[in-house]
Amino acid sequence: MKPAPFAYVRPQAWSEALSLLRDGARPLAGGQSLGPMLNLRLAQPGRLADLRHLPDFAGVVLADGICRIGAGTTHAAIEDGAVPGRLGAILAGVARRIAYRAVRNRGTIGGSLAHADPAADWVAVLPAFDGVAVALGPSGERRIPLAGFVCGVFETALRPDEVLRAIELPMLPPETGWGHWKFCRKPGEFSKATACLLARPGARSRAVLAALDGPPLVIADADALLAAPQAEAARVVAALDLPDPWRAALARTALHRAALAAKEGK
Amino acid sequence: MSRHPIRMTVNGKPVELVAEPRTHLADLLRGELLLTGTHLGCEHGVCGACTVELDGAPARSCISHAGSCDGAAVRTIEGFDSDPVMAALREAFSAEHALQCGYCTPGMLITARDVVLRLPNADEGQVREELSGNLCRCTGYRGIVRAVLRVLEERRRHSKA
Repeated sequence: MKPAPFAYVRPQAWSEALSLLRDGARPLAGGQSLGPMLNLRLAQPGRLADLRHLPDFAGVVLADGICRIGAGTTHAAIEDGAVPGRLGAILAGVARRIAYRAVRNRGTIGGSLAHADPAADWVAVLPAFDGVAVALGPSGERRIPLAGFVCGVFETALRPDEVLRAIELPMLPPETGWGHWKFCRKPGEFSKATACLLARPGARSRAVLAALDGPPLVIADADALLAAPQAEAARVVAALDLPDPWRAALARTALHRAALAAKEGK
Repeated sequence: MSRHPIRMTVNGKPVELVAEPRTHLADLLRGELLLTGTHLGCEHGVCGACTVELDGAPARSCISHAGSCDGAAVRTIEGFDSDPVMAALREAFSAEHALQCGYCTPGMLITARDVVLRLPNADEGQVREELSGNLCRCTGYRGIVRAVLRVLEERRRHSKA
């Protein structure tokens, strides 16, 4: 339960952080996923680059209907209302159920997304929004659609010399429908199945099913799911051909319940 | 691996020690500063026994490592002796029989104090959910939940009066 030795560096400028990455350092944000993996020696990086002290790593900026959330914004800040409006209310409801408050005080939205644990909450939810991950690399910022950002277990579309700088999400009208369901046998533990559905007025609904053994399943057109939650959830999950019947049942039920909740406008 | 100077403010006092970056905060507090009130259970962020206040908010000291704690303000259970909310919680934990072996108690108290201050209107369901990141393996949660509710109710009565 003690990490293997590592060197620790605290870059003060983004350019310095990028050159550390180029030299093979592993980025560290809140450390709430990486910390346990270090202690368990599942991760044994030679060098950590602590991003927490970089300018504008945390914080929320609104401009032209887009909400830019700094990668270092903590779950607790989002839970406490850092993001305004309907979008903020939806994100706060997700944040509130991530692990425990002591973890949310340190853990960050960007760290969690870039870590890309298949059961993680932001991995399961962010693809539902029509947003982008902002990657910072040697040639500047690159925008990657969130729907394809996590592409495998602990695998993202970030290049080795890029760091996740921010997440940009469109603000939502107050009447946006939202449903979110997460199966945990105990509050705060890793999800066994997570599903969500975002129903934007005048646009196609989008759903995500996650905590599978791979990247999240993004259902780009979830209008059928909204119209017939039970039958459509059964059809979607049957097509995944999950090996364990109990996991298929959890995934099916999570998707069904998320769709029902979105219908009720919760 | 080399050791580096780590400066922190612990329970209001500046401290400087030398540690490997990989040493976690709980080991620094217990081993270097002899503040053994912080307990270690699982050492991977699940059980909550090692919860301390880090830069003003509860955090797991077992998954924060020395390097990233350089410059931090830490408050351990020993740093709450003269805190009125903690005094009320200690009293309530005793009255409600909220501990037997006491291993989880320092982490429980730091979490409980945060609940009382951050969620003054919390009901039983909310208190149970907020305490779910702190495991107790002997007393069970009934007495602990009652103790936290007792302090919440006292404070609500007091603020009305």
